[in-house]
Amino acid sequence: MTGSLNLSATRRGFLGLAAGGAALTALPGKAEARRVRTSARIVILGAGAGGAGMANRLAARLDGAKITVVDGRPQHWYQPGFTLIAAGLKPASYAISGTGDWLPRGVTWLQDYAAEIDPEANRVTTLGGERLDYDYLIVATGLTLDWDAIEGFSLDLVGPEHGVSAHYASPEHAVKSWHALDRFTDTGGVGLFGRPATEMKCAGAPVKITLIAEDIATRKGNRDRTEFIYNAQAQNLFGVPVIHHRVRQIMDERAITYCYQHVLKSMDPGRKVATFTTPEGEEEKPYDFINVVPPQRAPQVVRDSGLAWEDRWTDQGWIEVDMQTLRHARYPNVFGIGDINGVPKGKTAASVKFHLPVVEDHLVAELQGLVGTRTFNGYTSCPLITRIGRAMLVEFDYHDNLTPSFPGIVAPLEELWISWLMKEVALKPTYNAMLRGLA
Amino acid sequence: MEEFSLRTIFAVFEEIFGFALFWGLVALAVIFTAAWIYVLIRDRSLSMRKYLVAQLSMPFGAVAAVAFVLWITNSRLSDIGGPIDWLVLLGVAVLGAVGLSIAVYVIQSLGRRSPPQT
Repeated sequence: MTGSLNLSATRRGFLGLAAGGAALTALPGKAEARRVRTSARIVILGAGAGGAGMANRLAARLDGAKITVVDGRPQHWYQPGFTLIAAGLKPASYAISGTGDWLPRGVTWLQDYAAEIDPEANRVTTLGGERLDYDYLIVATGLTLDWDAIEGFSLDLVGPEHGVSAHYASPEHAVKSWHALDRFTDTGGVGLFGRPATEMKCAGAPVKITLIAEDIATRKGNRDRTEFIYNAQAQNLFGVPVIHHRVRQIMDERAITYCYQHVLKSMDPGRKVATFTTPEGEEEKPYDFINVVPPQRAPQVVRDSGLAWEDRWTDQGWIEVDMQTLRHARYPNVFGIGDINGVPKGKTAASVKFHLPVVEDHLVAELQGLVGTRTFNGYTSCPLITRIGRAMLVEFDYHDNLTPSFPGIVAPLEELWISWLMKEVALKPTYNAMLRGLA
Repeated sequence: MEEFSLRTIFAVFEEIFGFALFWGLVALAVIFTAAWIYVLIRDRSLSMRKYLVAQLSMPFGAVAAVAFVLWITNSRLSDIGGPIDWLVLLGVAVLGAVGLSIAVYVIQSLGRRSPPQT
């Protein structure tokens, strides 16, 4: 579900290509030359975008390190593809690969889950009972989707029979969500969309699926029989004010109703009624189709570890890292990558891409007795699909500044075909390159 | 992406067209370009008659290339939204036009030798 990767280097890459493909021959040698000799024991929790990318980078940079990746899931999911699957444009297989396919040689993949993290003793214990002592810990577990928090909801409901969509759940659920959306846009009725009140991965995804659904209904000639209601958790449709105003304008133009401070609390699939908490109390809304995006939290093992913020996001459990260096505030040998980080922005693959070189820099510098210098500025991005064939490539940082990769060429708030191409075709190979540690 | 490589660019195109189709198209482009150079060397001149026919094929190549790219990327002409979109589309059209003209020239030339120039 996560958003785009920064594609500015695509431009540089093409320039490099024009210059004779010199980069192709120059880069491997450069990386080899910087290899650092160490005997450090490094444990990486999670083999998703952050964990796999970090394993590849460290394997390339370090010589002699004992790197262990802990992840029990055999499948790797390309989550930015879930929206495309839920729009009926891609099959489930588009987002599925093998976890082991992305891990480099020389790294141990422990196919198990962490059961306990003890940052005082520098030890991780797995569900299978294996103890891993570490010198450095990289937390890249991702987050958990708290489906149970929506009363009356079950993943078994997903599909056209109940008109329930839950495309965040898995590639297979994204396919079932498409079948639900396909039927809804055939038969018409009321479609409910929205997002949770917690931090979440790719906050643009619920908006995207709303706009895509409206586009599909329009293409089918059934727009007059369908109603679209987007329920925002806050007093805006997007956390960045300038993007909020643009999204509001688009929703106004396309007659999509939006409600502020409406958070899905429960649903009654039998009556097809959803209940929202609002400032005025609970409000029931009937639906024919509902896209459920649940509250999102750190995995329980992380919440129990003592790594989480003690005074922020206490119901969610994100880890307390420095927002620029991504080093843990209380345990300096612990770093965070990706969704698990307790920072104000950036639960996207785009942010992971910018987390990776920062953590690599600080960790490898420390192993050399130096101090890392790279920082993360909160960069994240979201190719906000506004209809099939068009998107806005919105990119921003901690300060809500727009940070376009192609200033003057690809306008961030314009609905463009080129931005759609980036999302639909350029993003996955870029993501794959990131996993390999090449981007 | 400070460490961008040619491999990633190829991966992007593989993603757009699919592995087999992309490399099939590359192979086709290489074969026709090589054949074009071959007939130019063989005939030792550019035949203006064949060149004219090749030029007449260019609009068809442009339209076909645009239609193909729109189809393969789940897009429509109405999705073109800004100047950069038009520029990209123009690039696609130029590639299609030049590609087809080379193909047409080669096919004419391989069929028979160019008549002696007067």
